[in-house]
Amino acid sequence: MNKALIAKLTAAVTLVALAGCSGGNPLQSSTTGENSGEIVVGSADFNENVLLAEIYAAALHGAGAKVTKKLSVGTREVIVKGLQDKSLAVVPEYTGNLLAYLDKSATQTQPDEVYNALKSKVPTGLAVLDKAQAEDSDVLVVTEQTATQNDLATIDDLSRKCGGFVLGAAGEWKQRWEAKIKQLYGCTFKSIQTTDAGGPVTVEALKSGQVQVANLFTTASAIDANKFRKLEDTKRMYPAQNVVPLIRSDALNDAQKKALNDVSKALNTDLLTQLVARVEVDKENAADVAADFLRDAGIPS
Amino acid sequence: MIFGEVFGWLTTAANWTGDGGLLQRIVEHLRYTLIAVLGAALVAIPVGLAVGHTGRGGTVIVGLANAMRALPTLGVITLLSLQLGVLRIGPVLFGLGLLAVPPILAGAYAGVQAVERDVVDAAAGVGMTSWQRLWRVEVPIATPLLLGGLRGAVLQVVATTTVAAFVGLGGLGRPLIDGQRVTDYPRVAGAALVVAALAVLLDLLLAGLQRLVVPGGLRLATRTVQRAG
Repeated sequence: MNKALIAKLTAAVTLVALAGCSGGNPLQSSTTGENSGEIVVGSADFNENVLLAEIYAAALHGAGAKVTKKLSVGTREVIVKGLQDKSLAVVPEYTGNLLAYLDKSATQTQPDEVYNALKSKVPTGLAVLDKAQAEDSDVLVVTEQTATQNDLATIDDLSRKCGGFVLGAAGEWKQRWEAKIKQLYGCTFKSIQTTDAGGPVTVEALKSGQVQVANLFTTASAIDANKFRKLEDTKRMYPAQNVVPLIRSDALNDAQKKALNDVSKALNTDLLTQLVARVEVDKENAADVAADFLRDAGIPS
Repeated sequence: MIFGEVFGWLTTAANWTGDGGLLQRIVEHLRYTLIAVLGAALVAIPVGLAVGHTGRGGTVIVGLANAMRALPTLGVITLLSLQLGVLRIGPVLFGLGLLAVPPILAGAYAGVQAVERDVVDAAAGVGMTSWQRLWRVEVPIATPLLLGGLRGAVLQVVATTTVAAFVGLGGLGRPLIDGQRVTDYPRVAGAALVVAALAVLLDLLLAGLQRLVVPGGLRLATRTVQRAG
């Protein structure tokens, strides 16, 4: 009885421990699609990126491609590797973060500069197509009340008041931006409270007044939902993060490349924010939202 | 190559000291761990002993404890944080405490259950009351399993306390998450190693404690339990 009980408990503990380690390589079982004429569209594991991948997949389908989707593959490291080993062909990326990944010393922040630098850094065999105007970049936001009381519209306006405000941002913000914001805007926050990377903790901290300024992302549904005000980054401290298709150069024909470029042409930040909100707030299916977008933009799907 | 970088990161003094340094993170980490386990023990040990002693409710309690193991700690902590207020320590400690309850409860319950019926009957035969049987006979005999449960709880909690960083708090999850965000993998691996080392150290410490407090006559039992676990 006792040995059996101990064995059971041990088994339960082991199971829990194993459950924590599940996952593994999501690309392992994939067929390469190299010679089958199939285009494998992948995405990182967050809603907006999945939605963008759905849009790309539908647009490629409209351009006559046989498309397979491999969504929520994981982080940038895994995705770039997937493109290189030919298990992926197309993924939605962001210019600034991709550039920073490929070149740690990159300092460009303006959209065109970032994009041009990125084009020169993309590994052999891969390529980026046209960038969209749509950006999912870091942005400092305040509540509507803080904005009106202090007359804030830009980070420049904020700089006079920084000393009285606590900033809520991800843990790495301090390391990356504390010196930079001081240098560019002369802004030193009263303190920097670690929250999370533009997630619910940051939003709640701003709503509850534990922080007065929060670092979110431009397409976050929470900004409109809570009437937060984005502070314009007039001096472009944060690098541009335009949405851009990262592809394996030999995987797409010209018609298919044009389809993705048409998508980029139609996509701006406000529109992307609305589309993401339909997925995150209204819980609509990403594929349906993608189809609506393409129909409205007049792109075949 | 990565090993060299991790070693380099771990042996850089600047990574250990100052605001957000490893030493500060270790203290935070241990603080969360100890409070969570102590809180859980305060609840789980009395319940476990009561169930083991009376022999009532064993199936329910063990079932409940096993069901609790299935609760995803990160989910519980995130949910409670958003409901009760972010950046507060309470929700995190509660979530970690939930994780620590099942092994402690099971240890206490199984420990008392494991006392041979003859021994308990003999104790009753010499005129011990129910309380005396519990404190003088059952609890001492249960110590090896009880402490085994406690050790399991500490091990699980010390490894899981990293999730506190997900809701903006400190602990060794901070370098793990922040390092990952800036693709500083030596920092990620270094912090992971420190968590592992902390877990091993705490376990050794508790193993020593176990040797000290387990009654001499039960050493044999302790060895059996260790082999089974």
